[in-house]
Amino acid sequence: MIGLAHVYILAGIAFAAFALLSAGDASNPKRWGNAAFWGLLALSMLAGDQLGDFANGLLVLALVAIAGFGGLGRGEQRGSAEARAAGAARHGNRLFLLALVIPAVALAGTFGFKAVPWLVDPKNVTLVSLALGALLALVLGMTWLKATPAEPLHEGRRLMDSVGWAAILPQMLASLGAVFALAGVGQVVGDLMSAVIPDGSRLAAVIAYGLGMALFTMVMGNAFAAFPVMTAAIGLPLLIHQYHGDPAVVAAIGMLAGFCGTLMTPMAANFNVVPAALLELKDRNAVVKAQIPTALPLLAVNIALIWFLAF
Amino acid sequence: MNYWVLAGIAVMIAGFTLRLNALVVVVLAALATGLAAGLELVAIVSAFGKAFNDTRYVSVVWIVLPVIGLMERHGLQERARALIEGLKGATLPRLLTGYLLLRQVTSAMGLTSIAGHAQTVRPLLAPMAEAAARPKDEAEAERVKAMAAGTDNVGLFFGEDIFIAIGSILLMKGFMEQNGIILQPLELSVWAIPTAFAAFAIHGLRIWLMGRARA
Repeated sequence: MIGLAHVYILAGIAFAAFALLSAGDASNPKRWGNAAFWGLLALSMLAGDQLGDFANGLLVLALVAIAGFGGLGRGEQRGSAEARAAGAARHGNRLFLLALVIPAVALAGTFGFKAVPWLVDPKNVTLVSLALGALLALVLGMTWLKATPAEPLHEGRRLMDSVGWAAILPQMLASLGAVFALAGVGQVVGDLMSAVIPDGSRLAAVIAYGLGMALFTMVMGNAFAAFPVMTAAIGLPLLIHQYHGDPAVVAAIGMLAGFCGTLMTPMAANFNVVPAALLELKDRNAVVKAQIPTALPLLAVNIALIWFLAF
Repeated sequence: MNYWVLAGIAVMIAGFTLRLNALVVVVLAALATGLAAGLELVAIVSAFGKAFNDTRYVSVVWIVLPVIGLMERHGLQERARALIEGLKGATLPRLLTGYLLLRQVTSAMGLTSIAGHAQTVRPLLAPMAEAAARPKDEAEAERVKAMAAGTDNVGLFFGEDIFIAIGSILLMKGFMEQNGIILQPLELSVWAIPTAFAAFAIHGLRIWLMGRARA
């Protein structure tokens, strides 16, 4: 059965290739730092399950040490603007067909693989489809564009270097969430929140729930971490049990209030920091800044919706 | 109640304010909270290592970079720009609003991975938005590209919860069930619809205002 393990092997091979190409990139003054960083990530993908928890922890510390001491650099840009313009003129709109292969395979796979649960692990259909889409697009692209096998890997390495250490920030923050959960941070925050709500005020409870979801999501970077905490502290005891709010409305719209928080925090790195790096924006918080004016009114709408729909 | 476990949150806020390397800040926050909770150093490193290994799927998305890079080398971004420049009616508001609608509708059908920052925003949407906006300077180009990325996020977040089998719906159902309240996924997902309309209206208005400010 094809599952996550195979996707990790593919990712491990890709990171190993980035590491090797970084080591040979004479235009990058810090090429050994890059090689070590992507190499360790390749090791994690390929052998993480065999390493054991403590060794995985040391691997993380090594990654952080390389990034923290400024060990990552960037090589020179390959390929000229003229060559790209010539390519665009020669290949025309067929380039879009190639670009649509990944979403098309992801779409077809998400539906199609559910029919063959013995072939693809039903829990990871989406990731397997994404990986297959990337592979198929790569094979088609290399055949059609007559590229050498090294060419996409060099280009991938270039894009990877432009993302830099931000590439693992989402995974790091998810891991921090696990440590926070182990230490009981959520419980403490929930207790503090429920202590500040004045007794007998339904409006105050609704506002505290919505704001609490957004604020705690901003701290944790993830509404999934905030939901159990805030719902246990305010949603269940006050909104649902004391004021008899509709539990489906309280839960569903409370989660969406949390999503408004996701739009406003660099802690949600994969949505807010990584795209800034991918788009090579100078201001790493540019995406957060672009989203705040949408997130704040939408948060107010969500709080109002709980007030009007739940009671 | 041990309030010292909140030390990690204080470290995160201080670290981001001081603009220290975010990876270092995350590790320091884990150490601060772990030590405050009375965990041994080795236990904290192991817990972090285990969580890192369990969440590797978060970093799998980078396998699309080689093919994206290959297409870019052969002119994908230039072609995306040329396409928009050649279309007379392709204004910035129409492009971004159309993408927002498409992203919300496909996410509502559970198709969250068919678009994203690596797959569609960098190679297609951002260069198209830049071409449609014709920014007069670098700062304006940055704002347009950031808005393109933000539009992808808004479309994803406020579409996906309408789909009944998405992670957040299952989390809510599971949590409520533990607390003795049985809910069907559909009961939860229908309540995502009012917010989806509100998100489209608010973000659509902002896109329109951005286009008008530029015209």
